[in-house]
Amino acid sequence: MKKITIFAGHYGSGKTNLAVNAAIALKRRHGSVILCDMDIVNPYFRTKDSEDILKEARVRLISPRFANSNVDLPYLPAEVAAIFNGENISVIDVGGDDSGAIALGQYASRIENAGYDMFLVLNARRYLTLEPDEAVAILHEIEAASSLRFTGLINNTNLGHESTAEIVTQARGYVESVARATGLPLVATSFREDLSPALTAQDGAAWPITIYEKPGWALY
Amino acid sequence: MAEKVLMKGNEALAESAIRAGCRCFFGYPITPQTEVAAYMAKRMPQIGGTYLQAESEVAAINMVYGATSTGTRAMTSSSSPGISLKAEGISYLAGSDLPAVIINICRGGPGLGGIQPAQSDYNQATKGLAHGDFHILVLAPNCIQEMCDLVSDAFDLADTYRMPAMILGDGMLGQMMEPVALPEPHESKIEKPWAACGTEMKRPHNVINSLYIKPDELERIVMDRYARYRHIEENEVRYEEFMTEDADIVIVAYGASSRIARNAIMAARAEGIKVGMFRPITLWPFPKKALDRVADTARAFLTVELSMGQMIDDVKLAINCRRPVYLANRTGGMVITPNEILAKIREIKGETL
Repeated sequence: MKKITIFAGHYGSGKTNLAVNAAIALKRRHGSVILCDMDIVNPYFRTKDSEDILKEARVRLISPRFANSNVDLPYLPAEVAAIFNGENISVIDVGGDDSGAIALGQYASRIENAGYDMFLVLNARRYLTLEPDEAVAILHEIEAASSLRFTGLINNTNLGHESTAEIVTQARGYVESVARATGLPLVATSFREDLSPALTAQDGAAWPITIYEKPGWALY
Repeated sequence: MAEKVLMKGNEALAESAIRAGCRCFFGYPITPQTEVAAYMAKRMPQIGGTYLQAESEVAAINMVYGATSTGTRAMTSSSSPGISLKAEGISYLAGSDLPAVIINICRGGPGLGGIQPAQSDYNQATKGLAHGDFHILVLAPNCIQEMCDLVSDAFDLADTYRMPAMILGDGMLGQMMEPVALPEPHESKIEKPWAACGTEMKRPHNVINSLYIKPDELERIVMDRYARYRHIEENEVRYEEFMTEDADIVIVAYGASSRIARNAIMAARAEGIKVGMFRPITLWPFPKKALDRVADTARAFLTVELSMGQMIDDVKLAINCRRPVYLANRTGGMVITPNEILAKIREIKGETL
């Protein structure tokens, strides 16, 4: 287990939800886990939405002070330095695309010294990354903006509420293409936990995840 | 139908506009609509269109005026304070009989307000957008698929009636992601013989203008325009009814709040209270006649709004105040919950049923 695990990728690929799931899972095995919200691009959907769940799981959340308030202040708190300290294991949720990854870049050398994994989150049904080439292009843009290198791929293919096991398995060829083009291994296939029975035989480690919805937004 | 893809509301608006033939987009960033501009900045150059980030909202709407004068499909988008800045330009578009699509992804106000979702620009959009006698078409989607579909329709309606059309969304719809089937790219067949796009020395000049030296001429032009508005009110009204047939209480809601209200309706029905919903899709023209028909059977109305209650006045007018009309609301960027609506439904039941 590396000291720092980073989830990056296209805007809307599911990074935030994976980061929350990963942090809660890591907490079961480690004493001190931090979830660091470095998304200063997205105004509404962010790790801060899961504040209560994280508190209950005893995961320390570091997020911009005004996250989810009525102002839009794109800065990171000094507290981010905690991810490099002591016995902490950290998960970083990065903003979408290269514009989101710029915020990560300022810590590149310290992250490299600490040891890290950076996973590209892929959704084959997400518009603008429907083609493997488009996902690979975003990968290169994020690497350039963050000064860090990806170490693996996560297949998080989904269609929101309309996700099915078939939608996940259909993406296998897509993920293989990205893996071939980049030389990166598929480290996990993530899917809504109720799809588990149909998907446990997937390539890569099967990773059933909980979908954390924005509290209070009860839309049918 | 195309395979469904996952899209954010703001992106879906932008891509659907391109597929409807929009070739000029002039924008300025403001949360929660910035993704419309960001998407256009990426996509427009790829398809041979023009994206330009203007120096302000005022500049952007006047660029729309110029582009649409040539017959090109043009769009701008903003959120509440930015729409206020565009107001003058929208009046000029209306006064020059120019089509254009304007997107408002509404946030809390007044003033700079906040960045969380709201519906407090209803009166602005439907009644008091800017100076002068005029209307614009106002379409209110309640899901991302409908956002895609209504953008296409907004361009067609704007071209057909030579007037601006607004998509009135809110921060929830702009920011959330849902699966959509994008419309296929399509060419408009609507002729624009009025466009200032070069005479090739074969016809007299077309003039795009909102200034009339003689007041009697201006009066005639405005009256002609209002005859067109009456035609629109007769022919272009859109709405959706949900379980209204047997409803004692009818909720009237549009946009994101109509989706929250639907949860409350199911909860109320489970308690034996007959509740339904009337959802206006066109806010102007407001579906007055259809709503008035619902008042023949409904015993009370409840508007659910993310504002201090703006559409409620149109509901009272539509039904000539012949039933009580209540309000369930939150404002300032706060989102109402199904339980808050359900509590109001129970209160109404106690008072009027």
